[in-house]
Amino acid sequence: MIQKKGPVVLIDIDVDEVFKKALSMSRVDILDEIKKSGLKGRGGAGFPTETKWNLAGTASDDKKYVVCNADEGEPGTFKDRVLLSDYTDDLLAGMTIAGYVIGSTQGIIYLRCEYIYLYKHINNKIEERRKKNLLGKNILGKDGFNFDIYIQPGAGAYVCGEETALIESLEGHRGEPRNRPPYPTVVGYLGKPTIINNVETFITAMRIIDKGAEWFTKYGTDKSTGTKLFSISGDCRAPGIYELPMGITVKELLATVGGEDAKAVQVGGASGSCITRNEFNLTLAYEDISTGGSIIIFGEKRNMLDIAINFMEFFVEESCGQCTPCRYGTETLLEGLYMLKNKKCSIKYLKELLQLGETMQTASKCGLGQSAPNAFISILKNFKHEILCS
Amino acid sequence: MSDKHSKATTEERAPLSQRKFRIKELEDTEAIGAMVKITIDGNEIRVPYGTTILEAAKKLNIHIPTLCYHEDLCVAGICRICVVEIEGQRLLQAACTYPVTPPHIKVKTYSPRVRKARRHILDLMLRHHYGECYSCVRNKNCELQTLADEYGVDFYRFGHLDKPEKPMDRSSYSVVRDMTKCILCRRCVRTCIDLQEVGVLEAINRGPHTNVVTFMDMPLSDVICINCGQCINRCPVGALHANDPSDDIWASIDDPKKHVIIQTAPSPRAAIGECFGLPPGTSVTKQLNTAIRRCGFSKVFDTNFAADLTIMEEATELLLRLKKALVDGDKNVKLPQFTSCSPGWVKYLEHFYPEFTGHLSSCKSPQQMFGALIKTWYAEKVGINPEDIVSVALMPCSAKKFECNRPEMRSSGLKDVDYGLTSRELAQMIKEAGIDLPNLPPSDFDDPVGEASGAGLIFGVSGGVMEAALRSAVEIVTGIKTEDIFKDLEITPVRGFEGIKYYEIPVTRTVPVPDILKNALKDVETFDFLKGTILKVAVAHGTANAHKVMENIKTGGKFSECHFIEFMACPGGCLGGGGQPIPTSPEIRAARAKAIYDEDKSLSLRKSHENPHITDIYKEFLKEGPCGHLSHKLLHTHYVKRGNKIV
Amino acid sequence: MLEAEKDQLKNEILHLAGAYNNHRSGLLPVLLHIQQKYRYISRYAMQEIADIFRIHPVEVYGVVSFYSFLSTEKKGKFIIYLCQTISCDMAGKRAVARQLENELNIKFGETTPDGLFTLKYTNCLGACDKGPALLVNEDLYTKVTPEGVFDIIQSYRAKFGAHVTMEI
Repeated sequence: MIQKKGPVVLIDIDVDEVFKKALSMSRVDILDEIKKSGLKGRGGAGFPTETKWNLAGTASDDKKYVVCNADEGEPGTFKDRVLLSDYTDDLLAGMTIAGYVIGSTQGIIYLRCEYIYLYKHINNKIEERRKKNLLGKNILGKDGFNFDIYIQPGAGAYVCGEETALIESLEGHRGEPRNRPPYPTVVGYLGKPTIINNVETFITAMRIIDKGAEWFTKYGTDKSTGTKLFSISGDCRAPGIYELPMGITVKELLATVGGEDAKAVQVGGASGSCITRNEFNLTLAYEDISTGGSIIIFGEKRNMLDIAINFMEFFVEESCGQCTPCRYGTETLLEGLYMLKNKKCSIKYLKELLQLGETMQTASKCGLGQSAPNAFISILKNFKHEILCS
Repeated sequence: MSDKHSKATTEERAPLSQRKFRIKELEDTEAIGAMVKITIDGNEIRVPYGTTILEAAKKLNIHIPTLCYHEDLCVAGICRICVVEIEGQRLLQAACTYPVTPPHIKVKTYSPRVRKARRHILDLMLRHHYGECYSCVRNKNCELQTLADEYGVDFYRFGHLDKPEKPMDRSSYSVVRDMTKCILCRRCVRTCIDLQEVGVLEAINRGPHTNVVTFMDMPLSDVICINCGQCINRCPVGALHANDPSDDIWASIDDPKKHVIIQTAPSPRAAIGECFGLPPGTSVTKQLNTAIRRCGFSKVFDTNFAADLTIMEEATELLLRLKKALVDGDKNVKLPQFTSCSPGWVKYLEHFYPEFTGHLSSCKSPQQMFGALIKTWYAEKVGINPEDIVSVALMPCSAKKFECNRPEMRSSGLKDVDYGLTSRELAQMIKEAGIDLPNLPPSDFDDPVGEASGAGLIFGVSGGVMEAALRSAVEIVTGIKTEDIFKDLEITPVRGFEGIKYYEIPVTRTVPVPDILKNALKDVETFDFLKGTILKVAVAHGTANAHKVMENIKTGGKFSECHFIEFMACPGGCLGGGGQPIPTSPEIRAARAKAIYDEDKSLSLRKSHENPHITDIYKEFLKEGPCGHLSHKLLHTHYVKRGNKIV
Repeated sequence: MLEAEKDQLKNEILHLAGAYNNHRSGLLPVLLHIQQKYRYISRYAMQEIADIFRIHPVEVYGVVSFYSFLSTEKKGKFIIYLCQTISCDMAGKRAVARQLENELNIKFGETTPDGLFTLKYTNCLGACDKGPALLVNEDLYTKVTPEGVFDIIQSYRAKFGAHVTMEI
């Protein structure tokens, strides 16, 4: 449920007009505008969008792909679901423009299986756009610009939100992340240059093309421009989706959503970290705490150990099992949490586990493994006393 | 070979993450083939663009530990034991996958972070690695054990299993799967799917439940496993090993009523020394004879004798097929004829190309020919009840264990060969007997088949069967001495480790059919029917290459016009077999090949048809010459159309 | 499985894979389709699929076992996926889970003997602000209460009784 519409993403724009405008611009101009806007990936990793598009754009392959990562699996995130159902046209137009910029003819929406009920709706929208020649051959009479989009459903694997795992999945393999480099912008889907962006990134890019980089950079901070959608859940009065400027403090956010009494906040979902009251002055921005927008609020009465267990169970289930640190590390950490729960864990072993967590953060193959111990480490560091005393 | 169709499917098959890196060369001409700088532990080196850190470190003689990495396989980057620190990066990077590109990177292969990470990774592997080293077949030859030693593992930081997590699969005659020892490096998966393209093993599930299994986790004996054992050779631990018959063999040796004989194939002799610390490529044929006798075997025979026999039978069979096609105009003759001495290849064909079983030579493999003769001809000759003979075959091969258990292989009325024994298993028996193999005095093979030709010897190398066949066939058909055509009797076009080799020999002159073949080729006086024919032959090793050739034949490509094709299931031929000493690598296989070729060169008898024992056995026992009545009964077999469907 | 059923399944797979030129990129859509229609991916189906995509059956098995919406065991006509992730957990997932088990008299991971319902946990359904959430085939239910569980289940029983076939 949308609780607060901001000035950038959740506004109504005339999609067709913006689309026409974009196609009348040169590729370089669009890239330039995006570059000036400082737009970074809204999935959470914060890679500069312009750089990604530019890399794929300069590759000379005959075939390139634009992939929309609609595999929103991060616990506590639900903004993409709303965007996919309410801002479908914006997304499809955004992908088409990205295709125009990088010289691609094919867009793919990787839709998570849990959102399969949105398939028909999105497909209808694609069909409508085809009829209006907003997709297809020589789009809007622009000679030689062909672009089409299809939806490929996932089959239930959180790790497929990782871009190289997503490509593996698209290619019909187990969703196991690839080694990087090479990056998908060079060797992506079917070995071709591929850009993979979050739903919100494509939609935000549309707004930047409409209103300009200068307008966009009015919001947010120097390094984290614009606004961002936050998915708020947990112990607060008004959970839901909020569009807020980047760089607001956790404290401000809590005040906005009615979660002032929070004991702790999990920023960035299961793969993010858990911060406590004395860190509530930190800002939600790429330079401080980077997030895909998941904010889970924990009230005074919550048992933090149970929360850590829930997160760790999540990772044990969702680890792809390919690399050693993640495959067995997640399981070992979870076992340690059960030991704590049963009051059977020595401080010595706990220290070993925290060290193991650090190894997982640096030695795992992909982002999932690298972030799997975040919640464990932050909760145990911040709530050691509570956990050992309870 | 550039068979586009097959290539594409191979490419599609291997997940990208498990393929060699395809770093594209930059458009900019200056960058093509550019050299880039990298500093490893303070040593600077220039390497070609895209070289991995691991490869660069090797050039500098810097050791980086690996587990999931194997020279024969595409890169996976999943065990993470090879992580290194790159200056300025928060993340550690896997040295086996990280390509060196500009800007100049500085790498530390050991640092507190790296050491800690490697130790943790080892501890995590050991957490799920069941068993103790002293009860493991890979004791002292285990990559995990070596690493545990290098990193000073003295306790199980994150625990250790006290009972096996998964049951052992002993269903197969050839390969035992003890998956509770598996560390999920997936070398076997890449071997089975990418290297051999058989597709028996794959990882299933995810997270800590990941496991390497067969289709629907069925017993290995019930799936399409061809028993090539290449997975065994590439397993870093004891999760995959061969089905070891040595206890039964010891029991037979200890039984005074039993007459235990062993035949030894050429490839184990060129490799078994590796199990005793000798460098790869040290041939120990004659010391091995001594060792085998000291172990208590009654007789030791040379399989090469049977290989010579195979050449006679198989070449005759080919000439017969050619005669039927060219003289009789028989349209149903199956050409090309395929070799049938590799039991892995035979089962591969039975599963994947059952419609082609008619192309397989009906000749048994040398092992089985010998087995049949031992319990008939030899038993009669020395006056021993065949039931008291225990026939063992020392083979480089795990599939031979399956082969000797095939129901077709009972021509003597008994099991023709009782046990297939691998090089590794015999090495273990020799060690158990306290014998110091490298320092033994040499001794010869036992009569009545003491001598064999170099042609039989080179069966162990890819292209060897073809070369042996050509050495005899050329001479028999044209009357020209083979060494007059091929210098030093080296038929180089069929040698080497190229995946698929192709060669054409025009038949320019012919001679009358020699006496020994008169019975088989009774309708023709001379080989005139071959005059003007261009004999086309091909050689393929590794089933992935066999797959390419077979697809080409199916689509009527150039290989369908061949007359004779040698197929070996294992990369490199028998010397790279699934029963050979571990580890294996292209260099090791090349060294073994050299040892075999060198030994062949040192012999005076190098052509099968010139082997006097062969002439004798046709005279005194098999009577009618090659492909005669008794030959058919004892030396030939038939095949099963298995198909690849699993019910 | 009857020969006629096998033929039908094979033709169906051929048709589905054809839309992807038998290229492996069509593997997941084909598997999802077979899963939804037959409620599982049989041994036979996996081998046929492997043949058409020119890959090995064990690779198909590897893929099927990787994804949580695919299975080699037959699932119920209606699969109830209860979100187990943190926000739904805090919003009272456990009580809902208990009630689901009580109403259907099975445990999570099991299927009712009549083959109508399968109970499964799933990770985040993306309805964290309105937990607990559950998904029945393609229908999302939010703010589910233990009392509400009965009505949800009843509505599917009624659907089945009226022979409403599932549209996918």
